[in-house]
Amino acid sequence: MAILQTRHIVKQYAQHRALDDVSLEVPTGQIFGLLGPNGAGKTSLIRIINQITGPDSGEVLFDGKPLGPEHIRHIGYLPEERGLYKKMKVGEQLLYLAQLKGLNERQAMDKLKIWFEKFDIKTWWAKNVEDLSKGMQQKIQFVATVLHQPALLILDEPFSGFDPINANLIRDEILELKQQGTTIIFSTHRMETVEELCDHIALIHQSHKVLDGSKRAIKEQFKTHTYRVEYQGTVGELPAAFATTIVGPTDDAFERMDIKIPPDAAVNDLIRLLLDRVSIRSFGENIPTMNDIFIKAVGSAND
Amino acid sequence: MNIILTIIKREYLVRVRKKSFIVMTLLAPLLLTAFYGGIGWLAVGSVSQKKVAVVDQTGQFAGNFKTDKETKFTSLSTTVAQAKARFVEDGYDALVIIPKDVIEHPKTVQIFAEKSIGGNLKGNIEQAISKEIEIQKLTKLGITQQVIADAKVNVDAETISLSELGEKKTSTLTTSIIGGLCAMLIYISVLLYGTQVMRSVLEEKTSRIIEVIISSVKPFQLMMGKIVGVGLVGLTQFLLWIMLTVGLIWGGSAILGRDMARNAAKARMSTTMSAKKADEMVKAAEKPGMMAGAVAALKTLNLTLIIGCFLFYFLGGYLLYSSLYGAIGAAVDSETDTQQFMLPVTLPIIACITLAQFIISDPDGPLAFWMSMIPFTSPIIMMVRIPFGVPGWQLALSMLLLVLGFVGTTWLAARIYRVGILMYGKKPTYRELSKWIFYKA
Repeated sequence: MAILQTRHIVKQYAQHRALDDVSLEVPTGQIFGLLGPNGAGKTSLIRIINQITGPDSGEVLFDGKPLGPEHIRHIGYLPEERGLYKKMKVGEQLLYLAQLKGLNERQAMDKLKIWFEKFDIKTWWAKNVEDLSKGMQQKIQFVATVLHQPALLILDEPFSGFDPINANLIRDEILELKQQGTTIIFSTHRMETVEELCDHIALIHQSHKVLDGSKRAIKEQFKTHTYRVEYQGTVGELPAAFATTIVGPTDDAFERMDIKIPPDAAVNDLIRLLLDRVSIRSFGENIPTMNDIFIKAVGSAND
Repeated sequence: MNIILTIIKREYLVRVRKKSFIVMTLLAPLLLTAFYGGIGWLAVGSVSQKKVAVVDQTGQFAGNFKTDKETKFTSLSTTVAQAKARFVEDGYDALVIIPKDVIEHPKTVQIFAEKSIGGNLKGNIEQAISKEIEIQKLTKLGITQQVIADAKVNVDAETISLSELGEKKTSTLTTSIIGGLCAMLIYISVLLYGTQVMRSVLEEKTSRIIEVIISSVKPFQLMMGKIVGVGLVGLTQFLLWIMLTVGLIWGGSAILGRDMARNAAKARMSTTMSAKKADEMVKAAEKPGMMAGAVAALKTLNLTLIIGCFLFYFLGGYLLYSSLYGAIGAAVDSETDTQQFMLPVTLPIIACITLAQFIISDPDGPLAFWMSMIPFTSPIIMMVRIPFGVPGWQLALSMLLLVLGFVGTTWLAARIYRVGILMYGKKPTYRELSKWIFYKA
């Protein structure tokens, strides 16, 4: 079941087509990584989902129904460019933002209390936002984003501006929200967080969707059938179809070699060959990292 | 609708709770009353008396110079040379010399003074002399004082406007003041609160909260909420100003009036004071009575019409301009960039205030008519005209055009606004702005 679907979205600015026939499905309850180089069209797509702008053609479905004003309160959005009213008190500001999302004052107050206790920031209530540090402001903004318990959470670079401790805190909150059933669209350039958090990935490049699928499927798609072996001894001659690359010795004098086998070859055959010739310390598949996949996908699209 | 109310509430409360708002609201009436009170006090209170020496070689004019609280005349029976010599040491401010042949050669009168004397004093002296010459010449021709006194008739024309409702007495002065005051208030409020809307839009844009807000509400809702919120702040401030000023003036004039009456009573009893001075004081004490006359003149004006129109044109003008100011705030990134766009928007308002005096002198002329029809100028110019009486159809047409005008500018502004708030970087050109209007949302 997909909480959000976009169908053939096109968005045209004066001289620039920001999105060209982009169709996506965001599965309910998963963390969906929306990736792409700068200027690829991610922000345009996010703004369309938030109903800040509308598509020139194509449609967006939320829970299977065309996206409309009634869905605003089910979406939470943390934009990359953070901002709060500087001269407004933290508590009042959060109450206001929650009310704009359709909560009444009582509901907002109850939920705020929980978050203020959770983040241990009760003393900030009557402070002006401008008197808080940047990291503190980020925390407030995160609370503002999730306060109305949206079914769909859109986070654009959520970890920027946080120190490692607070970044961990936010990451745990994100995972907890996922546990509670929140779907999260996660836009970032940090591939290690994608690796760690995302279940599903879509890559947008030059206004087009170039990659879309579960993280596992995409890794499968991008695997190179390359294995790395650490050994002592001499490997000797291998079948011509097997491409070998010497990586160099480890610190404790083991040899390292990458061996690429044809897609139709069985990895067990390779192991059997090696068993007879060298003493193996380790053997494993070189699974492509998200970083590799990103560079490869963007690079091949450029060609 | 609920959302707009939430926005209005925030925009209103944030401003009303500001220290600057409270200070401005309390201080402005105080300053205003202090200013006018000061002027009043100066006018009523002691003015430094000027000492003027008169050397009257004819001996016929001395009685014509009346010493009052502004000038003290002293007749000197010395020669001109002696008088000039004593002039400085006796501390005179001016020396008037009336030569023997003044009746034949009236232009030979001379006034000597260390510093230049005021035009008022010069006029008084000249008038006193010419009046006496006139009387003497007429007497020579056989016309008695009695005849002259009889011939002097004071004409104070009453202006009465004819309307379908019958005759009503109006006072041109009161009418002009009322019209001018309303126009001035609208002018100030449009500039003051219009630019507040602009700054507020700009603040949301530069603090980048705008993207969060418009992911929850429509840009149009935010803009309207802001405009209405600031407008209510303006109304609140005006209301408080009026109430405080009226209260202060009322209280102040009561105290001042009582003081004057007491002084006058004292003066009447006192033998050291001249009867004339006491009279003057009594007159001054009766000034509130004169005020009552002005109030009566006010009552002949259709106050309900004026107040109703003031509210309408205040709101119409404010809505029209504040939406344009809002669009400017959305179009640029910083306060300095607003200048270029501020000028064309502010120009019509300034033109109105500069031309208002011509409108007052000719409230039914073609300039007045056209400027009170065009929505950009009508809020100010129509308010100048209304106290003089405006035909019903003109008022209706002007109001209709103003409504169309602000619906139009709000529509235009909203289209620029929704694009502008998400645009950062280069300051847009007018060409780009016109393109934004036709962007699809």
